[in-house]
Amino acid sequence: MKFNSINIGSILCRPDALLKVSGEAKFAVDYYENNCVWAGVKRALEPHAILKNIDCVNALKIPGVLKVLTHKDVQGTNRQGVIRKDQPVLVNDKIRHCGDAVALVLAETKSDLSLAIDAVQIEMERLPAVTDIATALETDSHLVHEHNEKSNILLAGDITVGKGLAAANQCDVLVEAKFETQRQEHAYMETENGWAWLDDEGRINIVCSTQTPFRDRVEIAEALGIDPKNIRIIVPYVGGAFGGKDGITVQSLLALAAQHSEGRPVKMWWNREESFLSSVKRHPSMMSYRLGAKLDGTLHFLDVDISLDTGPYDHLGGVVLALAMEHSGGPYRIPNGLIRGKCVYTNNPVGGAFRGFGVTQVTSAMERAVDLLAEKLGMDRLELRLQNALKAGDRNFIGKTLITSTGIIECLETLSRHKLWRRKLSWKCGAPIFKKRGIGISAVMHASGYGPVVPDYANAKLELTENGKFRIYCGVVDMGQGNTTANIQIIGSLLNQPVGRIEVILPDTDKTLPSGSASASRCTYTFGNALVSAAGIMRERLCQKVADLLMIKDSNEFSMVPEAIRHLPTNREIRLETIARTMDLAEKVVIAHFRAPVATDLVTNDQEMRLHGIPHNLFSYSANLAYIEIDEITGKVGVQKYLTVSDCGKVVNPQLYDQQIQGGICQGLGLALYENFETLDGYVLTKDLSTYLVPTSMDVPDVESVALGIHEPSGPFGSKGIGEISTNGPLPTIANAIFDATGHMLKKSPIKPEAVLAALERNLSR
Amino acid sequence: MIAKVLISFELNSKKIEVETEPDRRVIDLLREDLGLTGVKESCGRGDCGSCSILVDGFVRLSCLMLAVQLHGRKILTIEGLNELEGVSISVQDAFVELGAVQCGFCTPGMIMSTIDLLNSNPKPSRNEIREAISGNICRCGAYQKILDAVETVTEELSESKNV
Repeated sequence: MKFNSINIGSILCRPDALLKVSGEAKFAVDYYENNCVWAGVKRALEPHAILKNIDCVNALKIPGVLKVLTHKDVQGTNRQGVIRKDQPVLVNDKIRHCGDAVALVLAETKSDLSLAIDAVQIEMERLPAVTDIATALETDSHLVHEHNEKSNILLAGDITVGKGLAAANQCDVLVEAKFETQRQEHAYMETENGWAWLDDEGRINIVCSTQTPFRDRVEIAEALGIDPKNIRIIVPYVGGAFGGKDGITVQSLLALAAQHSEGRPVKMWWNREESFLSSVKRHPSMMSYRLGAKLDGTLHFLDVDISLDTGPYDHLGGVVLALAMEHSGGPYRIPNGLIRGKCVYTNNPVGGAFRGFGVTQVTSAMERAVDLLAEKLGMDRLELRLQNALKAGDRNFIGKTLITSTGIIECLETLSRHKLWRRKLSWKCGAPIFKKRGIGISAVMHASGYGPVVPDYANAKLELTENGKFRIYCGVVDMGQGNTTANIQIIGSLLNQPVGRIEVILPDTDKTLPSGSASASRCTYTFGNALVSAAGIMRERLCQKVADLLMIKDSNEFSMVPEAIRHLPTNREIRLETIARTMDLAEKVVIAHFRAPVATDLVTNDQEMRLHGIPHNLFSYSANLAYIEIDEITGKVGVQKYLTVSDCGKVVNPQLYDQQIQGGICQGLGLALYENFETLDGYVLTKDLSTYLVPTSMDVPDVESVALGIHEPSGPFGSKGIGEISTNGPLPTIANAIFDATGHMLKKSPIKPEAVLAALERNLSR
Repeated sequence: MIAKVLISFELNSKKIEVETEPDRRVIDLLREDLGLTGVKESCGRGDCGSCSILVDGFVRLSCLMLAVQLHGRKILTIEGLNELEGVSISVQDAFVELGAVQCGFCTPGMIMSTIDLLNSNPKPSRNEIREAISGNICRCGAYQKILDAVETVTEELSESKNV
């Protein structure tokens, strides 16, 4: 096979791809154990109601039904959550959204299960549902959580920058706009699933599709009243996640089912409709922006007010809000302003982590505001961005001094020199009849890691196996982003071993070590740094071992070569296999810890804001450009070209890098133009992939990606986060291109053909 | 309870006979009864293409077919490609080499659609490839590299024919 180089910066084809093209790769969903019990969930299907009674009598009469479990069977707190534990495993008091789990049914077959779920009857007293942010904030609104201190507010805060609102008067030009983004569904191809069993020692083993095995273990333990040591979580390959599996889905339910299945293995697999109904979504947002500048284009003031609809549970809503607030001013120097944010409880679907994590929403608003400002100033939109773009040593909008690599200026300059920017006018003028063309740009920054309070670390474990191979134990899930492959490259290049001599152990709480979540654009940066240390210790240990065996004083005379260690002065080699035989297990294992540097800037005294992640220390950047063509008859927007120039550090593997860029853009284009998870009065209207339109091969253009490869000193091999940044570009870039084409800035997404047509018609009536 | 039906068909180049319920879906027969878990289910209602298999050489959705419809036919799943030579191996190799696989859950279905395309049109244009795989959703958004991979296969095929 071609492309099997382990050199950093080269393409190493994913070893897992070999298993995935042959159908051999096992996802959690691919296990069917003998004597398996099927477990499934009775969902509330009501947005807001007091639970009165759960009638299981009819369900239990159905042949093949083994158990119907309710909150009464839950021994622990029955509450789950990452920051705030407010989500029940099984509803005990109140139903707070349609996807709430009310009862857990165990049955012999899938069809018995489905009949029984239908037969469980929920007696409830309906309450008026809180289904929009404005209503939720009214003083006499119904409360989603009666005992919440701040009514329907999960988290709120404000941060004053410089002179605050007073600086508004000092601006020569001020633009003002309100933006609204929609609820986006992850729609990972592998819906939530897993299987579990109680072993002979009474431990619960769970194989499931998750981004967070170690955190899940603690959450399950608390919710069900189990010692965390008695829970083991194993994560095989994951069929996509994008943030949607950052936290509990099936895990606690499976563990509860395993406690009641009399030793039989239990399998649960949500179908698409159940996945849509119950899973977390990208938070819908309402954002007010006032952006002001001096006549020469110097940004002077920004006033931002962000509201997010988090549904009835925190999940990661507070953290999403904090990251949105932190990024609300984009990659620019803005000395004054005010950032206000609130995350609001409603009875809508639960808001949670989704690639982009709040930054997607605010970037779409800020970048549209910048274009509006450029128009009002009569300035070139790229010049305006370049003039205000951050450089190292600057303080960003919330006041964090940038001390890591900061390449937004290079991104914008590279874009300005690109032929797509230089030839934009001739392309625009060449629009065929009944078409209108436009060109949009955007500048994006995106933090990686957890922020100043939540520990952000990884523990890499590396073992020399008996047959002289190296085995990497990685506790960070590979949900398709390819960190496993990057890990192989890191070990291969540092220990000079071919790809076939390196094995990987996928996350397993019994075998791998806690290393945080597979999220926050942190996987390769954080675990990679730990792995680099582990490799160094291993190399030194092995060279010393051989030096001692050969009674040669200077271990520096040895070097690792494929499958062996060579004494360079004499060319004598000892095979790794031979060395392994002289070592005991403890000696053959290296564990290295890495803790990500955190920001020490005191940008806010609000401890809640700091706990939720403000500020970060490390940022990636990108500049984006799109050519769009509008059909004047239908309003359909076709994206013809998309260019992204990114500063995500040195590139470990250009193929994996491209995959992240292209994939994020695809999801971002879905957000910009098609995807909308619809609800009405809290009831879910979007139930399948024929009404929830994710981009297909017909909808996305080929993307041109330029990676600047700027060295980040703190990153493994100079790299930094790549996972999320590309998702943030498409919505503002496409909206700005429509603005360029029509003169109208569309402020609500998805941008549907109807809205584009209306914009064109406004021009006709002028 | 309805009596089971005996059906026989060719599965991945082997003749087999199975007894199955008349309302059993093909995907359940393949995954649960026959252990062919390379066939993926993602929507269960014909929207996504993950469960694509070849029936008599044409791509079909195994979530929308009943097992009894397989009687007398030739079925190929992703697992069956490993034993074949020629086009299918080239497609699998190209998917790996060109980076067309991310999470991999759509991959088996995507490969089946590709083979169906190449069976009927060995020299498709990039747009024809786009159209042929448009029924297969890849949420990781790997389309560009999937197109690259299929293009590479078609180039290799035409080169090898010219030799």
